[in-house]
Amino acid sequence: MKLDLAPEYEAFRAEVSDTLAKNRPLAPTADDKGYKNPKRIAWQKFLIDHGLTARTIPKEYGGYGAEPDILKARIIAEEFARSRMPGPMAGQGISMLVPTLLELGTEEQKQAYIRPTIQGEMIWCQGYSEPGAGSDLAALRTSAVEDGDHYLINGSKIWTSTAKQADMIFCLVRTDPAAKKHEGITYITFPMSTPGIEVRPLVDMTGTANFNEVFFTNVRVPKSGVIFAPNKGWQVANATLTHERGMLGDPNATKARFLELVTLMKSETVNGQRLIDNPVLRDRLIKLQAEVYAMQANGLRITTSRLKGEPAGLAGLIVKLNGCDLNHEIARLAIDALGEFGILYEEGDHLRADGSWQWRYMYDLGLIIGGGTAQIQKNIIAERGLDMPREPKLAKA
Amino acid sequence: MEFALSEDQRLLQDSLKGVLAGAASLDQVRKIAVGDGAAISALDAALAEFGLASLLVPEDAGGLGLGLLDACLVQEALGYHIAPSRFLANALAATALTDFPDLLTLIAAGESKFGLALTELVSRRDGAGLTAEKGKLSGKSLLAISVDGATHLLVAETGGQLHVVEAGPDTVPMQTIDRSRTFHEVKLAGAKSLAALKADERFLAVARLLVAADTLGAAQAMIDKAVAYAAERQQFGRVIGSFQAVKHMCAEMAAKLEPGRALIWHAAHALDIGDAEGPVMANLAKSYLAEAGTFIARTSTEVHGGMGFTDLVGLHYWYKRIGVNRQLFGSPEEARESAAELQGLLA
Repeated sequence: MKLDLAPEYEAFRAEVSDTLAKNRPLAPTADDKGYKNPKRIAWQKFLIDHGLTARTIPKEYGGYGAEPDILKARIIAEEFARSRMPGPMAGQGISMLVPTLLELGTEEQKQAYIRPTIQGEMIWCQGYSEPGAGSDLAALRTSAVEDGDHYLINGSKIWTSTAKQADMIFCLVRTDPAAKKHEGITYITFPMSTPGIEVRPLVDMTGTANFNEVFFTNVRVPKSGVIFAPNKGWQVANATLTHERGMLGDPNATKARFLELVTLMKSETVNGQRLIDNPVLRDRLIKLQAEVYAMQANGLRITTSRLKGEPAGLAGLIVKLNGCDLNHEIARLAIDALGEFGILYEEGDHLRADGSWQWRYMYDLGLIIGGGTAQIQKNIIAERGLDMPREPKLAKA
Repeated sequence: MEFALSEDQRLLQDSLKGVLAGAASLDQVRKIAVGDGAAISALDAALAEFGLASLLVPEDAGGLGLGLLDACLVQEALGYHIAPSRFLANALAATALTDFPDLLTLIAAGESKFGLALTELVSRRDGAGLTAEKGKLSGKSLLAISVDGATHLLVAETGGQLHVVEAGPDTVPMQTIDRSRTFHEVKLAGAKSLAALKADERFLAVARLLVAADTLGAAQAMIDKAVAYAAERQQFGRVIGSFQAVKHMCAEMAAKLEPGRALIWHAAHALDIGDAEGPVMANLAKSYLAEAGTFIARTSTEVHGGMGFTDLVGLHYWYKRIGVNRQLFGSPEEARESAAELQGLLA
C-alpha cells in the first residue's frame, strides 16, 4: 500500500497546475455558449497542444501523441477539478466513437473523423436504443438494405442526445435479418444532413429535451461508413459500451457534488439554525460521506488494477450501479435539507442553486436507468462478479 | 501509487484463513460457545503459532512490528470464521501502550493477555463507570471483552483516561446474542493503575476500525454462503440462483460490501502513515460496515429461505456477530457524530 506518487508525477502535477493557472484568460466562461463556440474550440485546441486532453491519440490524427499513462490521466483530471476551470470537451464522439475508430477503423476513417471530432468541430450522436430495443439492445430492428454501394436505412432510434446539433451519427442497424440477433448487426456512420432523417426532441421529466427521437425514412448512405465489417456491429458496439460505462458513476464527480452539499448545509439557515446543525440531517450527510469515501477508495483500487493490467473484478462492476445511486441520494438529501424551498424550480426569488438539486434528482434517475439499467447492472454483477447462473432462455413458442 | 495488498499481506490472510477453516470451523465454534476446553485450547494454540498477539508490537519490544492494515486483515479473517479470539484486545492494548515498552514486551511474549473494559468510553448507564483515586481504580464496567483468561485489563476511567490493571476475580458473565464471544461485568475495588494514558481520537478510531474489519469478514462469509446456497438449492425445477429476484439480492450485497473493503484499507493505511484524515476515515468505515453488514446479515438469511432461520445451518452465528459489532465501541450513529466532530462540522 503506497499512496504517494513518484517525484516524476509530482513534477507533472506541478506542470499541469501551472499551465492551467497561467492560461485562465483563454478558458471559456458561462457566456461562451453553444457547441461550436469559437472560444470553446480554441480552448480545446490549446488543451490538446499541451497534452491536457486527447493525450494518447496519435499526432497524425490530431492528438498529443503521448504514451498511455493512467496516473498522468488521473492527475490531469484532479488538477482540472482543483482549478475549477472548464475541462476538455466530452460527448459521445470524443469518448465513444474516437476510441472505437482507433481500435477498429480504417486509416481513411481515422484521417477523416478523429481530428475534427477531438477539436470540437465535428459533433456526433449515438444511434443505439430503439423503442423496442432497450436493455435488449441486440433486438434492434432499424434495417439497412443493400443498394449497390449504398445502404437504404429505415426505422427509428430513441434516447439520442445531441441529435439536433450533431453533424454525424454512429449507428447500429440490422443488415442481416435472417442471422441470429447478435450476428446481423452493422455499425455504420453517416451525416445527419442525409435526406430522410427527422429529429424530434423528447421532453423528459426535467422539463427540457435532453434526448431526441430520430426517424429514418429511406435514408441512403454509402457503405464506406461501415466500421470494421458488415454484420460485426455487435462486437464493435461492445468495444464502445465499455467506454460509456467507464464515464457513469465517476467517484471524483460524486465527491465534488458531495462537497457542494456540505457547503449548502453549512451556509443555508432555517429558523436561524444552519442545516448542518440539525442532528438528523447531519447524520444523513455523514452516512453519505461514508459512501462517497468508500467509492473513492474503490476507485483507487481500480486504478491500481489497471496500472498492473489486471481485471478490476467486482470493484469495477459495481461503479455504475453504486455511483449513479449515490449521486441521486446526494441530491435527495439536498432537497430534504432545503425543506419547502427544496421544491422551487427553474426560476424565482427564493430559488437556491438555480434549482439544480431538483434538476439533478430527476436527471440522475434517468442515469440510473440509462447506460444499462440498475437491474441489468445487478445481472452483470451477479453473473460476472459472483459467477451466478444466467437466466434460462425461454423456449420459442 | 499502489492501492493494493502486498504479497506478504495476501499470504498472511490466506494462511490464517486456512488455519481458521479447521480450528474455527462452525462445529468447533459451536463447541467453544458451550465452553468446550479442548476446542478452546486447539484454537488458542493454532492462533498462538501465528504470533497474533505480537502483531502490532514494535520489533524492538519483541513484536512483529506490523501495521493496522495487517491487523485489519487478521480481524477480517477472524470475522469470516466467527472465531473467538483475544486478538482485538491485545491489538488495541498494543496500539495504546506505545510508551510502555515493558508491557509491550509482555504482550509480545504472550505472557500478558489483555481484556478490554472500555464500554463507558462511549456510553455509561446503570451506574457503571470507573473512577481513579490516587492511582487506584474502582467501580464497574459493563460488557467487557475477552475477560476470560485475561491477565490484564485495559480500562477507561470516567473522564477519558485509560489505565492498565491486573485482571481480578470479580467478574460476572453477561449474556449477549453472540455465543462466539464472551462479555462480562467487571468490578474493581482499588485496583492499582499499572499504566495511565490518554484515550485520544486515534485510539477510539482504531477500535472502531478493527470492529469494522471483523464485520467485513463476517459479511463476506454471509455473501459467499448465500451465493453457494443459491447455486445448489432447487425450486420450480431450477437452481434459485438463476432467478433474478435471488441474483439481485446477491448483487446488492456484493455492491454494498466491496467498497467497504477499500474504505477499510484506506482508513488503516491513513492511520498507519499518520495522515490527519485517518480517524475520520476509520469512523466512516465503522458506520459504513455497520450499515452494509446489517443489510447483508438480513439479505443472506433471506436467500437461505427457511433454512437460514434454523440453528442447523448456523448462519445465525454470523448474523449475531455482525449485530454485536454494530454496537461495539459505539453505534453507527455515534461513529458518524465522531466523524462530524473530527471534521469540525459541529456547531
